[in-house]
Amino acid sequence: MIPVAFDYVRATSVDDAVRLLREHGDDAKLLAGGHSLIPMMKLRLATPATLIDISGIPQLNTVAVNGGRITIGALTTHAALAASDALRASAPVLWDAANQLGDPQVRNRGTIGGASAHGDPAADYPAALLALDATFTIAGAGGERQIGAGDFFRGMFETALASTDVLTAIAFDAAPASAYVKFHHPASHYAVVGAAAVLTMNGGTIGAARIALSGIGDAAFRAGSVESALTQVDTADSAAVRAACAGAAAGSEARSDTFASGAYRAAMADVFAARAVALAAGRTKTRR
Amino acid sequence: MNVDLTVNGETAVLDVEPRLLLVHALRDNLGLTGTHVGCDTSSCGACTVLLDGVSVKSCTVFAVQASGHVVTTIEGIGDADELHPMQEAFWSSHGLQCGYCTTGMIVSAVDLLQRNPDPSDDEIRAGLEGNLCRCTGYENIVTAVRAAGRAMRDGAARHSVRELMPLHGPTLEPPPSGEGIIPPQFQEAGR
Amino acid sequence: MAFTAMVGARIRRREDPRLITGRATYTDDVRLVGTVYAAFVRSPYAHAKIRSVDLGPALAHPAVVAAYSGHDLHHAHGLKTSLPVAHKMPDLLTPPHYLLAFDEVRVVGEAVAIVIAKTQYAARDAAELVEVAYDELPVVVDPLLAMVGPPYVHESLGTNVAFRMPLRAGDPDRAFAEADEIIKQRIVNQRLAPVPIEPRSMISSWDEGMQQLTLYSATQIPHLLRTQLSIVLGLPENHIRTIAPEVGGGFGAKLNVYAEEAVIGWASMQLERPVKYVETRSECFQAMIHGRDQVDDLEIACTKDGTITGLRLRIVGNLGAYHQLLTPVVPTLTLLMALGCYRIANLDAEVVGVFTNTMSTDAYRGAGRPEATFFIERAIDMVAQRLGLDPVEVRRKNFIASTSFPHTMPTGLTYDSGDYETTMDKALKIVDYAGLRARQAALRKEGRYLGIGLSTYVEVCGMGPSAAMAAGGWDSATIRIEPTGSITVLTGISPHGQGQETTFAQIVADELGVPIDHVSIIHGDTDKVQYGIGTFGSRGTAVGGAALKLAIETIQAKAITIAAHQWEANPDDLEYREGKIGVKGDPSKSMTTAEAGFLAFMGDHLPPGLEPGLDATRRFEPPNFVFPFGTHVCVVEVDARTGEVKVEKYLAVDDCGPLINPMIVEGQVHGGIAQGMAQALFEEVVYDERGQLITGTLMDYAIPHAEQLPHFQLDHTVTPTTVNPLGIKGVGEAGTIGSTPAVVNAVIDALAPFGVVHIDMPLRPEKLWSAMHGASNGVTR
Repeated sequence: MIPVAFDYVRATSVDDAVRLLREHGDDAKLLAGGHSLIPMMKLRLATPATLIDISGIPQLNTVAVNGGRITIGALTTHAALAASDALRASAPVLWDAANQLGDPQVRNRGTIGGASAHGDPAADYPAALLALDATFTIAGAGGERQIGAGDFFRGMFETALASTDVLTAIAFDAAPASAYVKFHHPASHYAVVGAAAVLTMNGGTIGAARIALSGIGDAAFRAGSVESALTQVDTADSAAVRAACAGAAAGSEARSDTFASGAYRAAMADVFAARAVALAAGRTKTRR
Repeated sequence: MNVDLTVNGETAVLDVEPRLLLVHALRDNLGLTGTHVGCDTSSCGACTVLLDGVSVKSCTVFAVQASGHVVTTIEGIGDADELHPMQEAFWSSHGLQCGYCTTGMIVSAVDLLQRNPDPSDDEIRAGLEGNLCRCTGYENIVTAVRAAGRAMRDGAARHSVRELMPLHGPTLEPPPSGEGIIPPQFQEAGR
Repeated sequence: MAFTAMVGARIRRREDPRLITGRATYTDDVRLVGTVYAAFVRSPYAHAKIRSVDLGPALAHPAVVAAYSGHDLHHAHGLKTSLPVAHKMPDLLTPPHYLLAFDEVRVVGEAVAIVIAKTQYAARDAAELVEVAYDELPVVVDPLLAMVGPPYVHESLGTNVAFRMPLRAGDPDRAFAEADEIIKQRIVNQRLAPVPIEPRSMISSWDEGMQQLTLYSATQIPHLLRTQLSIVLGLPENHIRTIAPEVGGGFGAKLNVYAEEAVIGWASMQLERPVKYVETRSECFQAMIHGRDQVDDLEIACTKDGTITGLRLRIVGNLGAYHQLLTPVVPTLTLLMALGCYRIANLDAEVVGVFTNTMSTDAYRGAGRPEATFFIERAIDMVAQRLGLDPVEVRRKNFIASTSFPHTMPTGLTYDSGDYETTMDKALKIVDYAGLRARQAALRKEGRYLGIGLSTYVEVCGMGPSAAMAAGGWDSATIRIEPTGSITVLTGISPHGQGQETTFAQIVADELGVPIDHVSIIHGDTDKVQYGIGTFGSRGTAVGGAALKLAIETIQAKAITIAAHQWEANPDDLEYREGKIGVKGDPSKSMTTAEAGFLAFMGDHLPPGLEPGLDATRRFEPPNFVFPFGTHVCVVEVDARTGEVKVEKYLAVDDCGPLINPMIVEGQVHGGIAQGMAQALFEEVVYDERGQLITGTLMDYAIPHAEQLPHFQLDHTVTPTTVNPLGIKGVGEAGTIGSTPAVVNAVIDALAPFGVVHIDMPLRPEKLWSAMHGASNGVTR
């Protein structure tokens, strides 16, 4: 319940944050909403020597829709995303994830940047951001760089962020035919299985699909074989959708815990992938 | 380090360790013990307060993070002289038993109605997902939030405990009974 | 003032204003000047020798005030008295259970040292500095393995079996020889964590001048705690004051005298300053008692028409590493209620209590009876399934008839009153049972799996007759009519959410004719309240309320004597009518209780020989337990693709006798159902084979959230008891006891097309999904 003592500094800008990270070394951690980090600190599973509070940095908490491109500041709270009509219309997959993440208090305080940087394999955003093929903007010692979602989520609590990096924004193209569905862990609210689908539709038929899963293995991943199998599938044919989603977890070694075995997780990956596809496809229909 | 807080309308300057959790600052430094601690994993919601008007778990916020911000605890939601309609609704609907989760639950429910003034029962249950109660099975909590929503939409007046449950002075002539007077806006709160 | 009956009215609780405004004082809210804070050092191993404990680094921490190891307490300070276990079992093995472990630890989380510092943050930091060296020992967590150990949890005992209790009635061998069908089933009743939202908390202070120890603790039993502290600490009981302030839920888990309570009390004496300890939730999962954890092997003999003729039963109770206050008693309650509400004449049963390297099990809401109700209600459904009968008809065929009460069971208990069939029929009518079965059949054709489950439970509560209890089963009440007419009630029970500040005031208001707000109900402070046993076993109103009723009768009798003297009348001609003293057959004259109390205070107009003052203390010794009952009906749909259970409908028709405040009774039932449903679907404490607690936080152990529970529909019937003068039966545990089998029966019913007979709880989606996909592991078909 009581974290180990630490020093606390506030960063006034992204550059300042990068400077402070360099100054304080590997024992420093960024603090945004704190809803991934503070729970670990309270259990003393994380013991940073210094916290650099970036929550006061201006202009990192906006949702900008520019043509078909959506850019989200890293300090945007889950609640702000969950309440965003623009996001709901343009990328409901991420809106779904924001609405199903944690609980209202967590959503009010936690940020998309913090949650993404944490790299929790059972988190909701990684699947949605992989399916959106999002781009992460990172400020670091060598200046600013951009990295795709496929390269960002690397493993259990592991991302492409180096110790002096600050994630500043996440951007992606609009994807109105998209959805995220989740098998909630009854205690933790994390995803036992989270499935994200982003579809490009040709009438009632899937032209292209990006399917991503979280909760299953050490990191969220794209289900490539399902994506190809879904191409040309008529979404009105639910048996065909289910068949295409079979083996969704094949690319990952599914974890076991007291709630769900790896085999069950893998089976549920198929079920929830199909449900995400159905929900995403349905969203194109209602819009027409 | 110094922390400037505005809590329930009053400003406070505290000199604290950076690691001091907001819930401990409220309880131990400011004596506001209505905010409770029920877990160490940010799960139970007993510590819920409003930070700049929205619900947060005060066990998952460092006091230093709240510096310069506005905190409302259960004590600031309403007191015996001026009950918030949500407090009255919990009372009228028997939405509490041991009371330990109740203060955080009420704060969360206030936040819920700010976002959704007329929630369905399912929306109420989903909206209280961050708060655990072990006594009520949530049945009467849902009833209470529904009733409070109705009362608040109708612009209910705030009542005092003394008005609703009078405490009488010494007398040999019994005054009118203070039996379960339920304010009109909650009279349909039962099933 | 017109007389308005309070009893039976839906009156808002009088305890609520302080609770809803954050002005209540729980133990952690108690502020005493000079308080220091304790943290315990706990064992990371399930079984190990303690080689050494080095407190040095902790003592070097600048904020640390003191630190003690188990060795210090035992050897340097002579605290050698074992913690109490209350039982009446002559052959029970009772290994010592010291305040802090000093030679060996036997469960993860067992405290080995205490560190006390000026702040709680420093105490936590310093506790991590204590260096303890352990030598690991073999571990046993499975009670079936432990039964045939080694390894032994307590090596000196040479066995892990703490007791065996057989019970035989009728001619079970003949019943089985003549049976048309015999059904055998093992039923595991999984281990649960009580999880009151307020963890254990305590603050103790020592008054050196008065030589007085005051311990505030989140407890259900302040007086029993005082008695045990006196014994364990060797301090005269009249120098100890225990206070249960506002208590944030107990569910049986605070019906215990914990080692930490004694250590904190002792530490405040050593340091002559207040010491506070509030456990973390993680500590609570490790070191607060657990509930359930039985392996129940059943054999049921029945005839083709569904008559159950015999039951063979072996109950293996996993006791954990040590006896706590009631640890060995709990599984014996299972045995006593094994036959439920059924006429089963032939019984061959045994309870075996087994030590393992796990936290002690003890009373958790229902305490032994949920386990019994679970297996007998499952057994009824298994009989129905085997014979192709409707489970309703099997119940009807085996019910004890409403005309045969009081009814003595083969277990030796005498059920006070009951009408099981009426309650069941009411429930079936409300849910339209025939309609549900028709809908189930229709949905099955669409590949949807609806299940309908019943539980017709009876339970034993109102604990209880002293002869049948491990310690006194009575309770007490004092009523004082104060000179100004207000009424003070001191009750020996210790409510913590059950609402007796309201219901007891309702009773007093009616009987003594005062407005309810003139009545104060005081509880939970041993310096204010006469000895009482406390709140547990659904006894608060059934025993404590009965004592209150006796005290009312004494007050009324004296008030009548006073009025008779005043009116120069014969007391036999006077009576209490609508709360006032009047003359029989003459409505013109009346005197209020307050007026009689004022005369009693003035003292100069009393009959010769009558003592001044109007107060009374009475104790109620229950002549029997009470046996509430009811029918719960659960309707679920199981998602064939995921195995997830959706509870579509839940109805409880309970009978706890007359209702003093229906709103409060309903609240008790709601909460009880939630906990019972949670056992069926969600909750399970898991230790791995090395005795490590896997479900050690609220991120792993799933107590239900609002959206995981359905709406609960309630109704009731009213069958009074003659056991107490209020006619009421307890209701605190009925919901928990009744609901678990209803939910499981519904789920198994949904899975009947897959040939499923039984699956152990919790019914996690994966288990059901596996059962629907042909798995054999963990599924009885």
